[in-house]
Amino acid sequence: MAAFTIAAGTGNWFSALALGVTLLKCLLIPTYHSTDFEVHRNWLAITHSLPISQWYYEATSEWTLDYPPFFAWFEYILSHVAKYFDQEMLNVRNLNYSSSRTLLFQRFSVIFMDVLFVYAVHECCKCIDGKKVGKELTEKPKFILSVLLLWNFGLLIVDHIHFQYNGFLFGLMLLSIARLFQKRHMEGAFLFAVLLHFKHIYLYVAPAYGVYLLRSYCFTANKPDGSIRWNSFSFVRVISLGLVVFLVSALSLGPFLALNQLPQVFSRLFPFKRGLCHAYWAPNFWALYNALDKVLSVIGLKLKFLDPNNIPKASMTSGLVQQFQHTVLPSVTPLATLICTLIAILPSIFCLWFKPQGPRGFLRCLTLCALSSFMFGWHVHEKAILLAILPMSLLSVQKAGDASIFLILTTTGHYSLFPLLFTAPELPIKILLMLLFTIYSISSLKTLFRQSFTVIAQAGVQWH
Amino acid sequence: MEKWYLMTIVVLIGLTVRWTVSLNSYSGAGKPPMFGDYEAQRHWQEITFNLPVKQWYFNSSDNNLQYWGLDYPPLTAYHSLLCAYVAKFINPDWIALHTSRGYESQAHKLFMRTTVLIADLLIYIPAVVLYCCCLKDISTKKKIANALCILLYPGLILIDYGHFQYNSVSLGFALWGVLGVSCDWDLLGSLAFCLAINYKQMELYHSLPFFCFLLGKCFKKGLRGKGFVLLVKLACTVVASFVLCWLPFFTEREQTLQVLRRLFPVDRGLFEDKVANIWCSFNVFLKIRDILPRHIQLIMSFCFTFLSLLPACIKLILQPSSKGFKFTLVSCALSFFLFSFQVHEKSILLVSLPVCLVLSEIPFMSTWFLLVSTFSLLPLLLKDELLMPSVVTTMAFFLACVTSFSIFEKTSEEELQLKSFSISVRKYLPCFTFLSRMIQYLFLISVITMVLLTLMTVTLDPPQKLPDLFSVLAGRGGSSL
Repeated sequence: MAAFTIAAGTGNWFSALALGVTLLKCLLIPTYHSTDFEVHRNWLAITHSLPISQWYYEATSEWTLDYPPFFAWFEYILSHVAKYFDQEMLNVRNLNYSSSRTLLFQRFSVIFMDVLFVYAVHECCKCIDGKKVGKELTEKPKFILSVLLLWNFGLLIVDHIHFQYNGFLFGLMLLSIARLFQKRHMEGAFLFAVLLHFKHIYLYVAPAYGVYLLRSYCFTANKPDGSIRWNSFSFVRVISLGLVVFLVSALSLGPFLALNQLPQVFSRLFPFKRGLCHAYWAPNFWALYNALDKVLSVIGLKLKFLDPNNIPKASMTSGLVQQFQHTVLPSVTPLATLICTLIAILPSIFCLWFKPQGPRGFLRCLTLCALSSFMFGWHVHEKAILLAILPMSLLSVQKAGDASIFLILTTTGHYSLFPLLFTAPELPIKILLMLLFTIYSISSLKTLFRQSFTVIAQAGVQWH
Repeated sequence: MEKWYLMTIVVLIGLTVRWTVSLNSYSGAGKPPMFGDYEAQRHWQEITFNLPVKQWYFNSSDNNLQYWGLDYPPLTAYHSLLCAYVAKFINPDWIALHTSRGYESQAHKLFMRTTVLIADLLIYIPAVVLYCCCLKDISTKKKIANALCILLYPGLILIDYGHFQYNSVSLGFALWGVLGVSCDWDLLGSLAFCLAINYKQMELYHSLPFFCFLLGKCFKKGLRGKGFVLLVKLACTVVASFVLCWLPFFTEREQTLQVLRRLFPVDRGLFEDKVANIWCSFNVFLKIRDILPRHIQLIMSFCFTFLSLLPACIKLILQPSSKGFKFTLVSCALSFFLFSFQVHEKSILLVSLPVCLVLSEIPFMSTWFLLVSTFSLLPLLLKDELLMPSVVTTMAFFLACVTSFSIFEKTSEEELQLKSFSISVRKYLPCFTFLSRMIQYLFLISVITMVLLTLMTVTLDPPQKLPDLFSVLAGRGGSSL
């Protein structure tokens, strides 16, 4: 309480923002939670009551462990705190157990882990320079970025209502980005390696990291025109990077390698049997593809081009996750999606290699990788849009052009998260929070770039 | 105003906090046979929809007044009727006569909570926004911060959206009244205030300042000319609004009397339950409730109440000003709360609203009082299992006030408006220079006490007498300061 008073009283706006959003998260405790709640309870139970050799084999519940080992260790540590709240939740056979103490513990664990996210946002704000802007606090880029990240609508409803642990994971990612901005490349690489072993969805942006570190860290100098200088290649740096990645992976996968369980672990981590699209279609390219296929099949049936007996029974909109085939257009395999994704990220990777623009260029490439993977990936969750929105926030407070793209991305991306909360009591919450975030982002970014807009407008006038 | 988007965000934050609090339990949830205030409101919808107006306030086989009989003025009844029509449209089982007693379901809870939100959105929130926009001599940013603090006041949110009541309607109308009267729209202001009184009779706590302020304005304009005209117009407005609201009950003398009997239950005694009021605290040492006969109790409370508020009211008549009006509202409401008859702990909200209005003038003391007032509601809120929302909203309110007004930097004697007091004390005690430091320490002590008491009532299970006593004393201490 004393720290609270001091922090708030000294006018430290960052602490006030962080505290404010934490209090809001506490108010969201009694809201609806999805099956992900049971997923994490199950993982607490598995890691607590079973030996390591059983972790990736246990299948009493349908929600089997499908995150990399570091996350399993994280759940293991949590379970040792959980036993003081309610011992019953750690029983593997207690399916769908959700006593009030369990709920309280789980919700508080998410809120508590967000401390890492707050720290990461603080570090990111240090990388933003606020030159040439007004003296008012609410118009400074640091302030706007803090609000856009700390009060991010998507993160709030996915983590604190739907229930997941994305907060601290995105914290790790933002922290690694901040370290790269601060030229602490080894730390950045280490943090990203750790992050990959917490949740492998971040593989989407691994190419950006790989290329950037190789190009801008392993080659210590550029030619005057910015192109690559081959003789400045530093073996020491490459080796040390490789060592870091190797050590982290060894720490994570080592025990399972020793138990000869690697194939099982990988089959859990990459469940390709799950189907092209998730139950709720992520608004990506394949959703359009499926829709087109459906439309064409309906037209085909009407115009008698297709034989009704040849149409596969499984419907894509029934909400089941299973493999199926398309009727009119060619079926899509995981390899095809990978190729499409690679083609999509190639331009940005090329730019990052041939014309590196420092950390800012890396950030742009990262965002583009995230977006391309979202567009063309296999079995993409709509929550994955956050992977693009959060890094984009960093870009949005620095250039007007990025700000307008960010506004479109964030508004549509957040709206696409609406189906996650389908219960009636949560309807006002998602509408109010969405309005809050959208109105704030539009008005604050508009105010921030008002001056540059007028400059551009004046320049435009002079040009004519 | 140019920062309209910030004001919109403040309103959205207020609404979000309100709705998330409403997800929690309500008064009397799952507690037959009597349940609580939630069931009372549902029952009034049932009564007003199914029975003719003449039977609303009377005891009959269809309307058992012992089971949550109507005890608010007619406007509450009309509001319940309106809600009942909507309920009938959605699910008639909710208001079926007799059979819907104790009806509880998720859908019904959603419906009831929505009615509170809509009433709040239509009446209270616009009043707060408009009030803050019309404040003079402060920057736009301060106006918005003021609105945020008022909208985040925990007491009202917890009682309306947690415990379940419609205080935002009567307080909203009263605020419209204050707004009208301060901006020289006297007729509209008095109309709004009459609506407030006709919604909840406790608004009479605020009636004297309105009366004195308007009277003072009439005197200032001169009783021979414009002042007299204004007086007549005001009287007509008041009479007309009362007649309109009470029209169905003016047809027979017995109707009017019965309603009045329901509104002012003088049979009930000096106080009920535990309330942060002088009589209750006094009762711990000397059982006056049992010693003195009823009519003596009535006269005693009447005298004390009026004696304590007379000075401020007289000053207001002689020198009517907006600022004086607001401060008189605070002191009158406080006098009524401390000394009046049959005061409920929820009536502290009637004091809190005027204190919210003077938040921008003396932020430190106002914040302190508002925190203590919320704390005094704790026993009631604990009964409704609202501990988590109470703690969180109180912390949020405290955070908002501290960052908006930098209250810890504004504790000099001048800003606390205690300069004249300290000067007069210094005549006798020349070393009395540390008033502001003393007050800061007192604040810290009171906050620590509140936190400790909260922890104690949650973790320990002793008889509730002692913690309540301290909440009572804390309430009195804060208010007397």
